[in-house]
Amino acid sequence: MEGLGFLGAGLGAGLAVIGAGLGIGNIAASAAEGTARQPEATSDIRTTMIIAAALIEGVALFGEVICVLLALK
Amino acid sequence: MKPVIVKQTKAFLKVLALAVPLILSAGAPASATPEDAGAVAHDSATVTAEASGAHAEAAAAPGAESGHSEKPGDVIMHHILDSNVFAFEPFGEVELPKIVVGGFDISITKHVVMMWLAAAIVLIVFGAVGSRYAKMTPKDAPKGLANAMEALVDFIRLDVAKSNIGPGYEKHLPYLLTVFFFILLCNVLGLVPYGATATGNVNVTLTLAVFTFFITQVASLKAHGIKGYAAHLTAGTHWSLWIIMIPIEIIGLFTKPFALTVRLFANMTAGHIVILSLIFISFILKSYIVAVAVSVPFSIFIYLLEIFVAFLQAFIFTMLSALFIGLATAHEGHDEHEAEVAHH
Repeated sequence: MEGLGFLGAGLGAGLAVIGAGLGIGNIAASAAEGTARQPEATSDIRTTMIIAAALIEGVALFGEVICVLLALK
Repeated sequence: MKPVIVKQTKAFLKVLALAVPLILSAGAPASATPEDAGAVAHDSATVTAEASGAHAEAAAAPGAESGHSEKPGDVIMHHILDSNVFAFEPFGEVELPKIVVGGFDISITKHVVMMWLAAAIVLIVFGAVGSRYAKMTPKDAPKGLANAMEALVDFIRLDVAKSNIGPGYEKHLPYLLTVFFFILLCNVLGLVPYGATATGNVNVTLTLAVFTFFITQVASLKAHGIKGYAAHLTAGTHWSLWIIMIPIEIIGLFTKPFALTVRLFANMTAGHIVILSLIFISFILKSYIVAVAVSVPFSIFIYLLEIFVAFLQAFIFTMLSALFIGLATAHEGHDEHEAEVAHH
């Protein structure tokens, strides 16, 4: 039973990574598409992309922090 | 209205309860309660015993000097957490003084030393660059260090401050530049051998986020006045919705610095955990092949990624600070402008 905490931490970390990967992948895909359609807006698109990616990454890292707390408890 | 606030404060407290153990363990590394330490050792012992019987000896190899067996988790936490000892592994260690004033532990720890180092480097570099600029005539072009710093300063000035805050960005430029270079140096110093990542400490990132929070609120108050600031809390909705909107907007004020705190802290800590975990794979499996094929190349890859992350996180923190300031100062003016247009 004591291993269940580790199981939960591992599953949680994996799920958080899946979500973040999907999200950031979507952003990158849309940004590449946008840049291809409108090359003159590249710098604006890049800035927006980095901000959105950082926000998603932040949410994913909340999950990871909780998993680390769970695993090291 | 009160029950709603109470509920939300309770939710906030629950989140805090998750963060507090980390903060506490960062503040008091040596004085962890014996039960906790025992539980940690016991837990990891039961799990690792199944994986390999002789695990403890493998894990003890890097910490052989200390004489007793250490688990990988302990070594990782020891590396990440703040402490009163500055270790220079093969050469010995430096005890840092412990200072307690009125029950508050304000001792000079490893991370404090790294912060002072970062601040000193920022002061020296920008003192030198600034004095060179003072001597320059408009015809001279900056050379060397001044040129390198000009590129970064100009990047923050134009791409971060001007494009996010808009008119009146000059007032906030000193804070944004300071916070960018300070975070950047703290991050990079954590990657130097014998260094420690001061930004991998919740207390440091929380303090930086609190600075951003107060600057944002003061800028918002100055831009709109108290009346406009209070109106912003209702988000322009009908009075019957205020009972929901006001608590949400107040919570919204605090989630921004909280997100800034955790983002920087978790990003800087995660890299170190990953590098150490990759190194420990070879100790856990006790194999030279794994060490050469997995641990070394992958940890070098993560290390290079960490250099990129050090720059990216400094940029993100500055960028989001500028964005929050810009939102706080420009938002209401935009609404008024729209209202005027609608009137005509």
